[in-house]
Amino acid sequence: MSLDLLQSACFVFVGLFFAAYTVLDGFDLGIGILFPFLGRTPMGKRTLLKALAPVWDGNEVWLLAGVTVLLGAFPAVYATVFSGFYLAVILTIVALMMRAVSFEFWSTEEGPRRLWDMLFTAGSLIPPLLLGIALGNVIEGVPLYLKEYNGTLLTLFRPYPVMVGILGVLVVSIQGASYAAMKTTGELQERARRLRGKLLLVFPIALTVLAVLTYAAVPVHLGGIVAWAGIALAVAAWVSMMVPRVASSDRLVFLASSATIGSLWLVAGGLLFPDLVRATTPEIPEHIPLTVYNSSSPEGTLLFVVAVAAIGLPIVVIYTFFVYRVFKGKVTPIA
Amino acid sequence: MDTVILSRVQFGLSVGAHYIFPTVTLGLTLMIMIFETMYLRKGKEVFKETSIFLIRILALVFVMGVATGLVLSVTIGTNWSSFSRLVGHVFGPALAAEAIFAFFLESVFLGILLFGRSRVSKRMYWVSALLVTVGAHLSGLWILIANSWMQTPAGYVLAPDGTIVIVDFMAAIFNPSLGIRFLHTMMGGWIGGAFLVAAIGAYYHLKGRHIEVSHTLVKYSMMVLLVTCLAMPLVGHLQSVQVANTQPAKLAAFEGLWDTQSNAPLSLFGIPNEGEGYTGLYLGAPGMLSFLVYFDFNAPILGLNAFPARDRPPVFLSFTTYHTMVGIGMMMAGFLLLGAFLAWRKKFWTTRWYLKLLVLIMPLPFVSNEIGWVAAEVGRQPWIVYGVLRTENAASTVVPDWQIMTSLVLLAAVYGFLYLLFLTRLRKIVLEGPKRADAPSAEGGAY
Repeated sequence: MSLDLLQSACFVFVGLFFAAYTVLDGFDLGIGILFPFLGRTPMGKRTLLKALAPVWDGNEVWLLAGVTVLLGAFPAVYATVFSGFYLAVILTIVALMMRAVSFEFWSTEEGPRRLWDMLFTAGSLIPPLLLGIALGNVIEGVPLYLKEYNGTLLTLFRPYPVMVGILGVLVVSIQGASYAAMKTTGELQERARRLRGKLLLVFPIALTVLAVLTYAAVPVHLGGIVAWAGIALAVAAWVSMMVPRVASSDRLVFLASSATIGSLWLVAGGLLFPDLVRATTPEIPEHIPLTVYNSSSPEGTLLFVVAVAAIGLPIVVIYTFFVYRVFKGKVTPIA
Repeated sequence: MDTVILSRVQFGLSVGAHYIFPTVTLGLTLMIMIFETMYLRKGKEVFKETSIFLIRILALVFVMGVATGLVLSVTIGTNWSSFSRLVGHVFGPALAAEAIFAFFLESVFLGILLFGRSRVSKRMYWVSALLVTVGAHLSGLWILIANSWMQTPAGYVLAPDGTIVIVDFMAAIFNPSLGIRFLHTMMGGWIGGAFLVAAIGAYYHLKGRHIEVSHTLVKYSMMVLLVTCLAMPLVGHLQSVQVANTQPAKLAAFEGLWDTQSNAPLSLFGIPNEGEGYTGLYLGAPGMLSFLVYFDFNAPILGLNAFPARDRPPVFLSFTTYHTMVGIGMMMAGFLLLGAFLAWRKKFWTTRWYLKLLVLIMPLPFVSNEIGWVAAEVGRQPWIVYGVLRTENAASTVVPDWQIMTSLVLLAAVYGFLYLLFLTRLRKIVLEGPKRADAPSAEGGAY
């Protein structure tokens, strides 16, 4: 394989891992965000946690896989983004840590449950918000100097990235409500369906706002065929959820919600490629953006990373599918 | 303060907080594997009960490992971005392979181990336990590939502009210190996990509770410990020889040896004084270091004075951590021999002081694992990649001091909180004790 093909392949793999993370851990995070409204009673909350317990550990690894493939394939991007967005990154991680322990300790009835409730929701809300903001930043462009971040912490919180973060929170919330509706019964299921319905109505509004902002923030010529296809697919997936035949099946709605997330990642990838971290003033030679071509590892490393991902990914998908099948069906509520 | 120092403190704190959990996981999964295999073969309920009990502990340890490990996946970028830029193309692929080939396996099948006993066949359950165990060990392998490359870099050339270019990936992966480091670290983990299991079993015996499970816990973990603790001195020795061959300054620091000499002594005690360049209160076995490293009393060993001061590791910390680790290792080997002797004389269960001691010294293998890691990493200084890249040149350059200070304080508080939770919960699991295997909620997980 030629070098630029390897570089593009690694770009696709990084996107694929992040997309899979958003789809899979997305419903864990979404249920965490909606926990107070959705769970309501200790019994409801316990049932929700029971639905996540066997799978959330595995779901979280997709983030780790995305981050490490990024490090291996595009070390300069990893270095620039993580050191540049320093406190935002640390805060995301601390939130994920808090989510993990609150999950464990909520169910074992150790310590004050209200604290775990709070940490679980905060720990689920912060990661998609900040990861979305990070994504919005690299798409819109950040101040760069000699391929290093040259802004401050506050630079990150501009309207466009914040809107990407909000859309991130919204789509994982929809994903969470969809998963909850699929896995639960009775009142809990009804609540999940109602929440899902309301959030689905907000979605087109948020998407339109973001589309307008994108039009203003990102040069239009960058939104190539892939980005447009992504938009079309996302809208189609949303419309399909309004069709009675789909809407009446919680399983199909969940799949459509997952497809929406996948499509939005297609938009992000289409908007970004071949850049990875766009610059605010790319015309100045010292401020050039980081692209797949100027920031990648050498060919040998890329070949190794592509081989690992290409061999590993199908195997992971197969056994993940198997384990989901083992735990398929509704969770029985526990008092 | 210096951002490099702050970042080093933060990294030490983060890895230090994390390192306990994956190593215990190695030993715990090994013990669970033994009990699941016994259960599959003999069908005796006690093995299942014992395994379910240990899986509850594993669930807790695993969550802690995930929580503390998350930081490490980003810290190489947040705090060590120059390192990422310069050697990310060597280091990164190993971490990616770890996530894709190992950690997925471990995490996904852990779901079945914790919650799926009633949903899969006995055989499939056993396979899941095996895959979690294999995943945990493969995970260790890839992490150690990355770590070993920093200790004994191979397969690279330095380009004229100073960048590090990988020319032979296989040589980088199978670098000189990988094999022995892997064995040494895995065994440290097995000992830690098995010791925890043995101590809990001994505690139940002393309290007269859960006797059947207690004896199962102790019997099998002590067998594992006997083999591993007696083999450890040999493995440790081989690793020291490896250090002598590839990192002579590190060996000199471990030994507090200042002057290059043949017939070099093996230091048993001492207090190195780095300012004055000597080791006080020195007690050494003459010639033994030369003999142990080269099987030749007359073989010369390089002393610290052979290296310019700026290329020497911090001697005091390297020396004390190394010696404490070796001391604990030797003591544990003796302790296990004594246990074997008591068992042979059929006095094991009646020798209460031995069982009490077993409970009391439970932290020691963990201390040993932690400071062994400190010795290995501090001894590598001032290099982050030995002989290639200095730690001071590896840190991030764009992060403001106050942000690193903030994250350090935040993370320190979080780790304190996590350890408090971990110990509280572990205590509660132990006090609750194993449940009957036919109890309705007898799944490993929390539900």
